[in-house]
Amino acid sequence: MENSPLFKSGHTACAGCGQAIAARLVIEAAGANTIVANNTGCLEVFSTKYPETAWGVPWIHSLFENGAAVASGIEAALIYLGKKDTINVIAQGGDGSTADIGLQALSGMLERGHDILYVCYDNEAYMNTGVQRSGLTPFDTNTTTSPSGARSSGNIRPKKPMPEICLAHGIPYVATASAGFPQDLTRKVKKAISIKGPKYIQVHVPCPLGWRHETNQMLPVAKLAVETGLYPLFEYENSVLVNRRQFTPKPVEEYLKSQGRFKHLLNNPEEIKKIQEIADNNIKKYNLKVEA
Amino acid sequence: MFGPLTVKPSESKGDKTGSWRTQVRPHYLHKDCIACRMCLMICPEGCVHGKEKNAFWADYNFCKGCGVCADICPKKDIAMVAEEPKGEDK
Amino acid sequence: MKEFVEGSHAVAQIIKACQPGVISAYPITPQTHIVEDLAQLVANGELKAQFVNVESEHSAASVVLGASATGVRVYTATSSQGLFYMQEVVFNIAGMRLPVVMTCANRAISAPINIWNDQQDSVSLRDAGWIQIYAEDNQEAVDFHLIGYRLAEDRRVMLPVMVCMDGFILTHGMETVDLPEQDKVNKFLPNYNPLYKLDPAEPISMGLLADPDYYMETRFAIQETMKASLGYLSEISSEFNTVFGRDYKDLLVQEYQTKDADKVIVAMGSVCGTIKEVVDEQRAKGKKVGLLRIITYRPFPYTRVYEALKDVPRVAVLDKAVSLGAYAPLAVEMKAAFYGKNKGPKVISSFVGGLGGRDITLESIHEVFRRLTAKEVNSDFIDLKPELLKEEYGK
Repeated sequence: MENSPLFKSGHTACAGCGQAIAARLVIEAAGANTIVANNTGCLEVFSTKYPETAWGVPWIHSLFENGAAVASGIEAALIYLGKKDTINVIAQGGDGSTADIGLQALSGMLERGHDILYVCYDNEAYMNTGVQRSGLTPFDTNTTTSPSGARSSGNIRPKKPMPEICLAHGIPYVATASAGFPQDLTRKVKKAISIKGPKYIQVHVPCPLGWRHETNQMLPVAKLAVETGLYPLFEYENSVLVNRRQFTPKPVEEYLKSQGRFKHLLNNPEEIKKIQEIADNNIKKYNLKVEA
Repeated sequence: MFGPLTVKPSESKGDKTGSWRTQVRPHYLHKDCIACRMCLMICPEGCVHGKEKNAFWADYNFCKGCGVCADICPKKDIAMVAEEPKGEDK
Repeated sequence: MKEFVEGSHAVAQIIKACQPGVISAYPITPQTHIVEDLAQLVANGELKAQFVNVESEHSAASVVLGASATGVRVYTATSSQGLFYMQEVVFNIAGMRLPVVMTCANRAISAPINIWNDQQDSVSLRDAGWIQIYAEDNQEAVDFHLIGYRLAEDRRVMLPVMVCMDGFILTHGMETVDLPEQDKVNKFLPNYNPLYKLDPAEPISMGLLADPDYYMETRFAIQETMKASLGYLSEISSEFNTVFGRDYKDLLVQEYQTKDADKVIVAMGSVCGTIKEVVDEQRAKGKKVGLLRIITYRPFPYTRVYEALKDVPRVAVLDKAVSLGAYAPLAVEMKAAFYGKNKGPKVISSFVGGLGGRDITLESIHEVFRRLTAKEVNSDFIDLKPELLKEEYGK
């Protein structure tokens, strides 16, 4: 990890980018014997602008929505070459390229049972194109295409339940993680890599620009998302819930106060109540509350 | 004939993103450090180096001054100080 | 070894002989028999390939892109809507200089939906940077796939190749075909030796962002490679002839009785078989007619076309595609070949026919020769049914 050659300095991510942190931790956990297929997005753009590359592993970018399919081809080629047992394959992309435009390719990859780890960097909007709403944008979030206004309190839909969708495919490993819990993320990636078959890890990654918070606030913001119950951290192995991070729940208002993208809700107790309900439902569903 | 197509990691030196800092930079105090390595782990640039206690440092050629290392340090052994006029110097 | 087989089956056999490592395709009529045959060959253990059943053509092309990038020979096939669905990947593959070989079983484009043959699909992708070769019969369909791999994987080329064969007419037509033996295929087609590949032993990044300071040269490079490929095609054709005893000359055009012709039809694909019959029949009657068959459509052989037709007074271009709102695609190339030159036909008339699988008969070809007069016509549709047309909707 020291002087990491797998994801080098000198990339052009924003200062304090949660995705840069997560991407580096993921590839360090997976190791040098890994091939990465990356969807179009912030990570791809800031890490590989010709003639620079931050990647010390073999890395390919094709299009916005086909990382999972390109990875399927890489995996098939490695099987043909008799090399799959010693080389990991990772397909990765943002929330937009995973849950929206790339959902088909991802579903196909999961259904066919490829030995690939899919990592979704969830910053909850199409950040690279200017903070537009995606299928993983949370309820009531202010984005440029779901702005708050006189007639709107932001995004009118809840997050698409991507981990559950992946679970429904019957794959051996599904987990959520967060850039605010780096050791947990590293552990989960290592565990996933050791399992054969399709794996899905969704990583919550704060975006200082899109979420409107100071660059040094990545950790508190990420922690609050988890500790309000809005972003549960859990692990499923073979469709059985084997692990979840428990905590003493904090009120969602603390999380909403920490970012500019929820500013419009702070004088709107009715909307805050709806968001608290989402959090409470998560806490109940995954049994996240620490017993007294 | 071929145009710009692929890049090897050895061919890429990276942009000198240290020039992005305008306000603050991390100052490693080297007083109470317990070598937990969290600063090294959490840096988005991967530009924090070190092994032994009180011997961690940020490469100012690449450090963007985000302040996450200072925020995560359990011993508060990293302070965000005003940026110097000649930014990239250590 | 000669066999009386369905075109699709023959193509599957040559692909088997080329031994791709990864095959990925999505079903679409009329490509299905090729891919089904390959699936059976893999299931029987006769072809050691990874067969990936994908959920769309976009993913089929993406799978072969990824596998090719990993240094493995690949194959896919599609038609019509499938080709259009994978269009952005098709451009991507060429841009990344990956030697993918694909069969396009030419089929009409929706809307309206129509599964029968015309060439609108592959012709609509002529700008993609793929080498496009059109087969007249099933022997050519077989040979061109083998030649396609040899050309694509040539380290001076590294461009993908689309072998176009008319859907149903060739894919489902039964012909006697000489299927190349494995040892001869091995002689002609060496193992794929990539210029670069995804391999942890030597990491590289592929598919980077190229800003205005870097992008244009990548397109220029493909353009130059396309031009150079005009010559490589002759080279490879010659090698092919040495091994298999079939001479495709320069693999660019076929001049059929054009030397002293007064009227020549220009066309691509299986319709040329019909045209040749009419030419033979007319020649027997003393009429000086001929056919210029375009074999390689991309890169377009402007110089060869000029040489072949510069002394022919009247040329009819028969397009099995249409560029709605402009001159027909093949006609445009033909006219461009002569513009500004000292010699050339006095008339280059453009005809459109066969769309949506409407049969082009011997009589249709006679009609084209009849309509090829001193007065130039543009995008003149043959065998049109005016009774199906209304000036106003609903009347």
